[in-house]
Amino acid sequence: MFFRMIFGTLFRQWKKMLMIAFTIALGASLATAMLSVMLDVGDKVNQELKTYGANITVVPKENSVLSSLYEVEGEGGTGAYLREDELGNIKTIFWAFNIIDYAPFINASVKLDDGTEVSAVGTWFNHHMELPTGEQLDAGVTSMRSWWEIVDGKWLDEQTGSADGAMVGKALAEKLGIKSGDTLHLNGTVSDISLNVVGIFDAGGDEDDKIFMPADTAQSLDGLDGKIDSIEVSALTTPENDLAIKAAKDPKSLTIAQYETWYCTAYASSICYQIQEVITDSVASPVRQVADSEGAILEKTQLLMSLITILSLIGAALGICNLVTASVMERSAEMGLMKAIGAQNSSVSGLVLTEITVTAVFGGTAGFFAGWGFAQIIGHSVFGSAITMRPVVIPLVAVLVLIVTLAGCIPAIRMLLRLSPCEVLHGR
Amino acid sequence: MSLLELKNIYKIYGDLHALDDVNLKVEKGEWLSIMGPSGSGKSTMMNIIGCMDKPSKGEVLLDGVDIAKESAKNLTAIRRDKIGLIFQQFHLVGYLTAIENVMLAQYYHSVPDEKEALEALDRVGLADRAKHLPSQLSGGEQQRVCVARALINYPEIILADEPTGNLDDANEKIVVDLFHKLHSEGTTLIVVTHDPEVAEVAQRTVYLRNGKLHKETINENFTGEIKFDNEVEI
Repeated sequence: MFFRMIFGTLFRQWKKMLMIAFTIALGASLATAMLSVMLDVGDKVNQELKTYGANITVVPKENSVLSSLYEVEGEGGTGAYLREDELGNIKTIFWAFNIIDYAPFINASVKLDDGTEVSAVGTWFNHHMELPTGEQLDAGVTSMRSWWEIVDGKWLDEQTGSADGAMVGKALAEKLGIKSGDTLHLNGTVSDISLNVVGIFDAGGDEDDKIFMPADTAQSLDGLDGKIDSIEVSALTTPENDLAIKAAKDPKSLTIAQYETWYCTAYASSICYQIQEVITDSVASPVRQVADSEGAILEKTQLLMSLITILSLIGAALGICNLVTASVMERSAEMGLMKAIGAQNSSVSGLVLTEITVTAVFGGTAGFFAGWGFAQIIGHSVFGSAITMRPVVIPLVAVLVLIVTLAGCIPAIRMLLRLSPCEVLHGR
Repeated sequence: MSLLELKNIYKIYGDLHALDDVNLKVEKGEWLSIMGPSGSGKSTMMNIIGCMDKPSKGEVLLDGVDIAKESAKNLTAIRRDKIGLIFQQFHLVGYLTAIENVMLAQYYHSVPDEKEALEALDRVGLADRAKHLPSQLSGGEQQRVCVARALINYPEIILADEPTGNLDDANEKIVVDLFHKLHSEGTTLIVVTHDPEVAEVAQRTVYLRNGKLHKETINENFTGEIKFDNEVEI
């Protein structure tokens, strides 16, 4: 009989219930969209920020000590190098999936045929790697220096046989009168080489005075095969907190529990620590200014999204509350009759709650899919890519919809409990 | 012991005495009509007898139990087990069919039994309308569904509030005939009405005026015909 009553309410009074379902769907869709965006906005913003450069630098330990002692930034020149063959290890650390991109850098001292000294940098452009884990990765400055403007020619493509190519900074190209397609003859300390100028770029900084070439080319010029000066890493990181700051100073000062928490959280400092573990004699350090800015932007964005989510849920709760109360008031004679023929308060309340819960399930499901659609629209409009639906959104939305729906029912249930059958049946 | 006994019942709303020192006894198997003009306290009395309201003062003994002292929860249980209610406005649940409306009373009483509910509808001549919604039934048919719902749990008292107030003559006769049938089967009937034609077919009629029992008539030749041969001033 109970199910017949539920069926009767849902299908013979479908217009009223549809209105309630629609309100619940609206709330659920907002919650789904906002939660999905909120949970994914970190990665999205991080990825956006990553296009503006690396947030971790790795240098040989010896260079780092000298830099710290004499507060000198830049190229080491101490004769200490990192090993290029260890670069693949970076993608094997605990937070491997948070490593978006990285590139090695090796500085070479080269002269042109007329004796002019120029700065040359060997690096990866779109270097293809087969990782120890079996994964494949294309890494390099093509994606890490996405802000470079190619004023002539194109990006150097390592994968299509441009190993003898080079890219020249705009300032240097203008100074030497070089354009794409020209050939440059460079003399290193060990060997010399002729390179085709594939592209001229405008970086808007010091790099405009340099020649960029594949790492192995630069290494061969100075006889530094397999050696690199530094690595720039672009990683998705969690904003630093007190624990991360303490750990960054000295990981050994942490308790075991703190160490585990820190190690298993994607703080820039813990990722640096893990990189140091896989790159011999290296010191990895976050570019503090970038990391802090990223953290601040991320926190503010997430706070904004959280507030919008809470406000939309409150709005939905008020809507549901009004509709359910109006619906119960409209049906007060029916509820009074049920009480008159023997229904206890619990039975009548249970009936209303079940009706609303069933409606909430339908409305919530429809709202979830609508919200997923909204999230994709937001993702494509704002970030130019799809929002990843996190599995946690499903139980979160389900619980939120249930709480909001039940909370919305409270005034109606209170009214039901106070409802006297003689008042509604005889108007007294 | 009387089935129902009202002792010095008062119902007071502010300065208004809706019921003022009412005393009444109803025996098991009796058919009683309660008459009176609008505002005389008929509905208030019905609410108190029907366990839907409590008196301000006095005792209401149903099967010897003073229901005026019972909690709301117990009153609901007493109402469910002992009283069948019939209303002027029918009060059927609009989204349930006729048979489901009858089964609703069974559901809150014990266990719904579709076969028994259909038999109850058959007793009021509506077996063929069992699957119809109230909106698909005439006023008379809706009232007969209401009667079927009231009698489905074999209550000790059937309490009808203006049961023919919204019916035409033909349907009024059908409903009164149903009451006769129920009475002949031993059901106690209390019918609140302002219609003399309905009131006079009862065994006894009490008249309310300004919340007080004004007079009582006994139909000694109770046959269903209108004949008042004994009138007692209270």
